[in-house]
Amino acid sequence: MGILEVKGVGKRFGGLHALSDVNLSVKENTVHAIIGPNGAGKSTLLNCFVGKLIPDTGSVMFDGQSVLGRKPHEINQMGISRVFQTPEIFSDLTVLENMMIPCFAQRDGAFSMAAYADMMKDKDIVGRAEAELEAMNMADKREMNAASMSRGDKRRLEIAMCLSQQPRLLLLDEPTAGMARADTNNTIDLLKQIKEERDITIAIIEHDMHVVFSLAERITVLAQGTPLVEDVPDNIKGHPKVREAYLGETQVAA
Amino acid sequence: MFGLNTKDTRLLILVAILVVLAPFILNPFPENSAMAQFNAGYPDLMQRFVIFGIFAIGFNILFGLTGYLSFGHAAFLGVGSYAAIWMMKLLTMNVVPAIILSVVFAGLFSLLVGWISLRRSGIYFSILTLAFAQMSYSLAYSVLTPITGGETGLQPKLNDPRILDGALAEGATPKANLFGLEMGASYELGIGGWLFTLNAGYYIAGVLMLASFYLAIRIFRSPFGMMLRAVKSNQQRMNYTGLNSKPYTLAAFVISGMYAGLAGGLMVAMDTQAGPERMFWTVGGEVVLMTILGGAGTLIGPVLGAGMIKYMENIISKINSKILHEWFAFMPDGVEDFIVNILYPFIGKGWHLTLGLIFMAVVIFLPGGLVEGGQRIARLFGRGKKASEKDASGKTTPAE
Repeated sequence: MGILEVKGVGKRFGGLHALSDVNLSVKENTVHAIIGPNGAGKSTLLNCFVGKLIPDTGSVMFDGQSVLGRKPHEINQMGISRVFQTPEIFSDLTVLENMMIPCFAQRDGAFSMAAYADMMKDKDIVGRAEAELEAMNMADKREMNAASMSRGDKRRLEIAMCLSQQPRLLLLDEPTAGMARADTNNTIDLLKQIKEERDITIAIIEHDMHVVFSLAERITVLAQGTPLVEDVPDNIKGHPKVREAYLGETQVAA
Repeated sequence: MFGLNTKDTRLLILVAILVVLAPFILNPFPENSAMAQFNAGYPDLMQRFVIFGIFAIGFNILFGLTGYLSFGHAAFLGVGSYAAIWMMKLLTMNVVPAIILSVVFAGLFSLLVGWISLRRSGIYFSILTLAFAQMSYSLAYSVLTPITGGETGLQPKLNDPRILDGALAEGATPKANLFGLEMGASYELGIGGWLFTLNAGYYIAGVLMLASFYLAIRIFRSPFGMMLRAVKSNQQRMNYTGLNSKPYTLAAFVISGMYAGLAGGLMVAMDTQAGPERMFWTVGGEVVLMTILGGAGTLIGPVLGAGMIKYMENIISKINSKILHEWFAFMPDGVEDFIVNILYPFIGKGWHLTLGLIFMAVVIFLPGGLVEGGQRIARLFGRGKKASEKDASGKTTPAE
């Protein structure tokens, strides 16, 4: 049993079969990549995990509990954190405040009417936020306005925010999309470091093969809404079906 | 002090000093001088300063922090007013139950309106609140006449039940009071050519304004306040961080509605009347202007904006062409007439024109409002000394 079990998931948008009969199992404490060409249904699938979309058929179980029909904040409270394709942070707030919000969310729940307490005097939360910034080498930026950071730092902050909640599953949606090679490599190193230092399961959606093969321990290839193969990276590299999906080779042409 | 950091404590003390000394500060010109018409230190106007200050402080908790722009807060002001006047008719002319009930009723009504309006965001939310305010106005104006007195509104009458008060003598008028201290009671202090009026109603409203301001600071600095800023900044990230943004915005909406109700109740405490015009949408629009003019999302901004608009409404509208002619009498006749003719549209009933120009100038050149203007001036003067210190009123974020 994996920590995330996807069984027979299907999703239609009008006449388009975005996903059909997707089966997937993400094992605990592994890095599992979901790859596929554009339009393969990767993002649709991810949105089914986090409550943004509800599949028409099938089930998505996280740690033995169904996530279907739950709101994004409820799914987060179950232990799933999501990193977006373009970094989603609180740009009007300082870096420290950005870090404090997920800490509050994890400790006090989805809603807390603490309107009279001074947040900066909450030693527990401030301490956790600062420790996480320290661990991510961002302590010097704590008073900075989040909007004024570089794109690479915004990505790093977003990952730090997700990690501060000690999630059991971290979902990454094309974390290096639109990044320069140097930033991409930094992100890869960061994710490797996270993998080594923490007990965490990572599911990553990516079409950059370099990123996928440097990180993933298991890969699922998605094409036209269905998984083609699921295997370890070495077997995926030369797999004919994968080449077909990516390079558009057809039986006729071959 | 009071659980606030040094900067906030300083700001609170500064506002407290201004409130206490307002009758003196706002009356800088001797009674018989030509400039006396610029004096704003009379009770009626000072009461309006602090009451609209409360209204704007509360509105800022919703608009300044969450970014949800409501055009319907006049409805809560009106509900507060009607609740207060009914307490005065049924219970007692003492203002305590009137003020408490005005806050409670406005809170309940804003819970209903907010619960429905907050299903949408952005412009659709604004339109929904506007629709609610206009419906409330129509209800108060005609349909609910038995409760609201319709067009004429309500006033305490001699023969109202007032079960807690003793019967009034024939011909006496019921007067709002705080345990016997009448709201209209004033002490006039003449020093040289100056005349200062210390009014009981003003100081009671002023104390409540300070309490409201203190609460607003606490909310701004609390985890709850940070979540409200998170709503404005990135609702998607908030939801995916395990936070439910809906109850946060609803709570902010209800708190601001209760502030509006308090303002409405205080209005009744001061002038013992309530009418439907208080629910008209322009009143809700005015508080939007106040907040943006002063600086949305800043602590002191809304109070400054409220003061500025109420000052202009009362003082600039009092200037007439005769006064203009007096000012420019030193010029040759032709030039004098020319200048007076140019300025004339901007004074008297044309004060809205002046307000409009100032508002445009502020929005274009100072998107952070008057507070940003103050910060820029402070930076010019204390460059080296205070380079690292931010303004006491906290961050300015331009209004959307």
